[in-house]
Amino acid sequence: MYPIVKRRDLTKGIVLFEVEAPAVAAKALAGQFVIVRANEKAERIPLTVMDFNREKGTITIVVQEVGYSSTIINRLQEGDAFQDFVGPLGVPTEIENYGRVACVAGGLGAAPMYPIARALKEAGNEVISIIGARNKDLIILTEEMEAVSSKLVISTDDGSAGIKGYAATALAQVLEENGGKIDHVWAIGPMVMMRSIVEFTRPLGIKTIVSMNPIMVDGTGMCGACRISVGGETKFACVDGPEFDGHLVDFDLAMRRLAYFKDAEKRAMARLDCGGDCGC
Amino acid sequence: MLEKVERQAMPCQDPAERARNFSEVALGYDEETALLEASRCLQCKKPLCRQGCPVEVLIPDFINLVKERDFMGAAQKLKEKNNLPAVCGRVCPQENQCESKCILGKKGESVAIGRLERFVADYELAHGSVTPETGVPTGKKAAIIGGGPAGLTCAADLAKLGHSVTVFEALHVAGGVLMYGIPEFRLPKNVVQTEIQNLKKLGVEIKTNMVVGKATSVEELMEKDGFDAVFIGTGAGLPYFMNIPGENLLGVYSANEFLTRSNLMKAYQFPEADTPTKVGKRVAVLGAGNVAMDASRTALRLGAEESIIVYRRSRDEMPARHEELEHAEEEGVNFQLLTNPIEIIGDENGVVKGMKCLRYELGEPDASGRRSPVAIPGSEFVLDVDTVVVAIGQGPNPLVTKTTPGLELNRKGNIVADPETFATSKPGVFAGGDIVTGAATVILAMGAGKTAAKAIDEYLKNK
Ligand SMILES: Cc1cc2nc3c(=O)[nH]c(=O)nc-3n(C[C@H](O)[C@H](O)[C@H](O)COP(=O)(O)OP(=O)(O)OC[C@H]3O[C@@H](n4cnc5c(N)ncnc54)[C@H](O)[C@@H]3O)c2cc1C
Ligand SMILES: Cc1cc2nc3c(=O)[nH]c(=O)nc-3n(C[C@H](O)[C@H](O)[C@H](O)COP(=O)(O)OP(=O)(O)OC[C@H]3O[C@@H](n4cnc5c(N)ncnc54)[C@H](O)[C@@H]3O)c2cc1C
Ligand code: SF4
Ligand code: SF4
Ligand code: FES
Repeated sequence: MYPIVKRRDLTKGIVLFEVEAPAVAAKALAGQFVIVRANEKAERIPLTVMDFNREKGTITIVVQEVGYSSTIINRLQEGDAFQDFVGPLGVPTEIENYGRVACVAGGLGAAPMYPIARALKEAGNEVISIIGARNKDLIILTEEMEAVSSKLVISTDDGSAGIKGYAATALAQVLEENGGKIDHVWAIGPMVMMRSIVEFTRPLGIKTIVSMNPIMVDGTGMCGACRISVGGETKFACVDGPEFDGHLVDFDLAMRRLAYFKDAEKRAMARLDCGGDCGC
Repeated sequence: MLEKVERQAMPCQDPAERARNFSEVALGYDEETALLEASRCLQCKKPLCRQGCPVEVLIPDFINLVKERDFMGAAQKLKEKNNLPAVCGRVCPQENQCESKCILGKKGESVAIGRLERFVADYELAHGSVTPETGVPTGKKAAIIGGGPAGLTCAADLAKLGHSVTVFEALHVAGGVLMYGIPEFRLPKNVVQTEIQNLKKLGVEIKTNMVVGKATSVEELMEKDGFDAVFIGTGAGLPYFMNIPGENLLGVYSANEFLTRSNLMKAYQFPEADTPTKVGKRVAVLGAGNVAMDASRTALRLGAEESIIVYRRSRDEMPARHEELEHAEEEGVNFQLLTNPIEIIGDENGVVKGMKCLRYELGEPDASGRRSPVAIPGSEFVLDVDTVVVAIGQGPNPLVTKTTPGLELNRKGNIVADPETFATSKPGVFAGGDIVTGAATVILAMGAGKTAAKAIDEYLKNK
């Protein structure tokens, strides 16, 4: 079992957990993820490592309620434990001194972006971070991101905080302020958001890394559930990624594949609402 | 002279009924049937049957104990050579192994060795198993990577010899393909878990959720954690796809994904278990090995109206165990033989709606000695399906091999190991099972684990 040593509600439906998992904490790097199971019957759910503490042997994850399993997880309290917690999985972010970089996070994407921005800053980059969300209530981890960025920019679709507009609008503004010179971009968030960033940087030729989050089962390259198409080649996101060159990713395919279990999910959610004893 | 006893049939669940449930298909012999079947064995002086078994189970000896109604003694006899008889009795391709060599088979029907093996092993499981004694502690530590049949067997034998053994398993349970691949209706999971409990009684520590190559590495285990020897048994866990257009459409699964969802994650109990799977009305399974049979029969049980095996060669060339093939036929799986897909077709939402195929005919024998299939020009047609499961084989997963410098691999990425000792090119590192041979059988993997344990023991003694 993997005990939860800290729980913090970041905003409605988004919870931060610090979990004791020494073997994972000893090795985790920015860009990697874990797969967890909340209990004995639970699904295996991939979650990105937001932070790691090698001394304490803990991993921090941030979970957004979107369906059955994430809702079950977010009901766990301090002192509860995850049944299973495996990692670190995936290839770590390629950290180098690129010069000036932009780290664009959409909503929950701030969590996976945090260790990446920190590592990039430690490697000597000028790190301009952007957190974009629909409205100000959905912006998370601003203090943490501020601490690891040279500059932090906020944008909201409705203008309730920071720049009014999508994250791509904010990125355009940042680019202009910096004389058109940004050497490398990371974009993590919902597929549509990542795609819009990628479409923005494509004509400018700025290398843009995205973190793909397809449906996964084992996370070790054994099942192929996580396959995506990159540059016309099939890749397994769990072992070849999850980060890929955004200009090569087939987003249409990735978005379709993500939706495949939607109707099954509705059945699971129904059970959550009624308590599950009725057999519906 | 006594009346000639016929080979005893295996009692099975009724096909129409079982095709819709996940309970075990073959019900096993009762005592009386087992005694009748055992009475058929001639107790040959030179038992040919043993030569057909990769681990040389003491076949006449255990059958003789069955005749004497000493079922526990028979179980002990089996376990001298085979650590997992309850598994092997169920899943060995006996018709190509022990039973193919049985002298009775030359004129009529061979002794049903596998069924007797299963009977004895089940008897032991039901009547409380005897835990074998562990040897005097040697103070030596061995790490086993992968908790499949190869790794579990190696672990058990090393523990019996007194070594301290830790198994590192990537998934949340040990068992390998026995847990995630082979379905409940063919190999009940409690059979596998009982065996794993027995292993723990021997003092073997099983660390699940440990992906070697990520959370640790072979070198780290040896240099930092003080393991004196390592056995790699990571199996064939890399699904092959056909590389035809449409393979990333929704509704196309690898057999590994489809079976893992159903077996390991218990998707067949969804929504009581949390993992869903989806099976359409008409499912095509590509391939004709055990994996394909398991997938096609699982599809029926998950509610498919029609489950179709699509295979490029003919019935005679199918690599599956005969029993599985027969069971699949009885349950109503439809076989499209001499047929090969060339494209999977999707609808406007990217969901499978059909599969374009070509018909084949058999030509000249190829390198494998089988007549090779040749496409018939102009035979293209569309099979009406909404789910496709690709079961054309698995390769070696590179997570461990890529992170272990000094480990010699062959062209396909399998580990090269000495056929006698299973030693690899790296001192102190041994390997066996599917990671060495490519996808093979449970008994071969166990045989490798067993032989490697002997070699590891030698190595540790001299270290
Ligand atoms: C490498 C990786 C890292 C991830 N990191 C995080 C993280 O740090 N925090 C976090 O909250 N989530 C993260 N996710 C997403 C998370 O795994 C899913 O949200 C979770 O599996 C949903 O499970 P569910 O049962 O609650 O919902 P589901 O039943 O699976 O689905 C609910 C809805 O969410 C969508 N969905 C399903 N799977 C995913 C997915 N993998 N990504 C996005 N949407 C999905 C479905 O289309 C559906 O509409 C990550 C995913 C991957 C692959
Ligand atoms: C669906 C299916 C049906 C089959 N039916 C039959 C049958 O009827 N009869 C028969 O004889 N054979 C059958 N086989 C083949 C047989 O199951 C295999 O040959 C056998 O399981 C191989 O054993 P193994 O120990 O080498 O590997 P596996 O059983 O594959 O076990 C390998 C283990 O290693 C773990 N692992 C992998 N990588 C790592 C890592 N990096 N770190 C830690 N752990 C790791 C895996 O999770 C797994 O648990 C079937 C196979 C399949 C897939
Ligand atoms: S282990 Fe397999 S091959 Fe050997 S005797 Fe038993 S059933 Fe036959
Ligand atoms: S060859 Fe057949 S008859 Fe002879 S000992 Fe073996 S099982 Fe018995
Ligand atoms: S999740 Fe199974 S291969 Fe990636």
